[in-house]
Amino acid sequence: MLWLWNNLGLVLGLTADHARLCGIPILVGFAASIPLGWLASRSGAARGILLTGFGILYTIPSLALFVVLPVILGTKILDETNVVVALTIYAIAMMLRGTIDAFGSVSGDVLESASAQGFSSVSRFWTVQFPLAGPVLLANLRVVAVSTVSLLSVASLIGSGGLGYLFTNGYQQYFIDEIVIGIVFTVLLALVFDTVLVIAGRILMPWNRRKLVGTAALRTPQRNWVGA
Amino acid sequence: MIEFRDVSKRYGADLAVEHFSLQIPARKVTVLVGSSGSGKTTLLRMINRMVDPTSGVVEIDGVDVQTVAAVALRRSIGYVMQSSGLLPHRRVVDNIATVPRLNGTATPAARERALHLMDVVGLDRSFARRFPAELSGGQQQRVGVARALAVDPNILLMDEPFGAVDPIVRSDLQQEVLRIQRETETTIVFVTHDIDEAFLLGDQVVILGTGGHIVQQGTPEEILAHPADDFVASFVGSDRGKRRLTVSTRAGQGDDRVLVDAGGYPVGVIAAPGGKLSIADASPRSRSISNKTDQAGDA
Repeated sequence: MLWLWNNLGLVLGLTADHARLCGIPILVGFAASIPLGWLASRSGAARGILLTGFGILYTIPSLALFVVLPVILGTKILDETNVVVALTIYAIAMMLRGTIDAFGSVSGDVLESASAQGFSSVSRFWTVQFPLAGPVLLANLRVVAVSTVSLLSVASLIGSGGLGYLFTNGYQQYFIDEIVIGIVFTVLLALVFDTVLVIAGRILMPWNRRKLVGTAALRTPQRNWVGA
Repeated sequence: MIEFRDVSKRYGADLAVEHFSLQIPARKVTVLVGSSGSGKTTLLRMINRMVDPTSGVVEIDGVDVQTVAAVALRRSIGYVMQSSGLLPHRRVVDNIATVPRLNGTATPAARERALHLMDVVGLDRSFARRFPAELSGGQQQRVGVARALAVDPNILLMDEPFGAVDPIVRSDLQQEVLRIQRETETTIVFVTHDIDEAFLLGDQVVILGTGGHIVQQGTPEEILAHPADDFVASFVGSDRGKRRLTVSTRAGQGDDRVLVDAGGYPVGVIAAPGGKLSIADASPRSRSISNKTDQAGDA
């Protein structure tokens, strides 16, 4: 604990790095998996190509990918862009199948009825299918977020691993406390990411929470309600 | 008026509808009734272009629907289906306001209109902020009907809307539809496989065989009095004596006499003041028996 107190600045700095280096792949991966998942949920051929393609990318060991990417991207070997791109590829690969399932989980009756009301296909996707896929998308995103937080540590071997630095450094000095603190802070960061996602889900999908608590919301119906 | 002219629909090698022609009069209720495979839902969906015919023309007031953009056409036509198809992530009031919002009506005005429509379909306004999953099946169907009425459509399409609710609630909802139709004079095209529902609601009843083949069309009276063939007779229940009624000797309350069908089962009562049977012709105005707006029954 004394070591932590003396090195608090270092640990917090590494934690912030870790959050930033993971946050980008998680957000970009999520954003990218939506159009890809939509495409794959509509066309069998696209589904096969995308799932196979990202499946193969996912099997490339992370360290190998960190080393190969500078050649492809033209970046320096120690550039953190390599790490961000590699983690984004893994995030998409992990998320894609779940995203396809999420879009497929939306009731066909609801989609058909939305078309019959006169939703255009674009507005039907964004205002009906996407929000209704939300609970499955969120469950999927939570797994990816936690995995990405843990996966990043490997990148400390090429100098951009956030809290992973504490593992490599602690290992080199045979200093177990540093490694334990690295683990504790990685777990705490994963918990923070997960909690933020859960809270965001509650706020963005009140209909989903209401369904889970059943009739609790029924006891205080408001009368004559017209919102602005 | 809606007119089908020599319409066919083919799904691959399967022929869902073949050479179908029909005129559906404006401001009346037309019921398409048939078993599954009769193409009744396919025909209904051709009116709002959810299904496009392989050949033939569907016209609304003389305009070929193929010449109208599908999205604009659908927004002008009310549509109610069996599973209410409400948006689970939107509150009741916003579900009803869906189409006016799509058309660009400001949210407060659209919600105000939605609350008014809740009154029209007999839903208490206290349900406005609930999500569809928090309502009973019957209440959800009322929301579905309110949503369909939101743009004051000239045409209302109803695809077995009450097939999944219990008989008491169904009967209430049927009476609501008749009342709303009387008040708004909307053209309703109603699809069902229930002949009793068809006779209750339809000004015109069209009985369909396989492939959208019209076996008989006419008023409920005409069909009951002169079933076109054995198929119709069996469909309406005449062949089992279900429709052939006899006045039994057993008296009911006051002047009422009990009616029995050919199988001897009691099916209703008839007023017979002074021993004479009362006589009346069926008319749409006499069909609405009760006018309940209390939805306690569907809770």
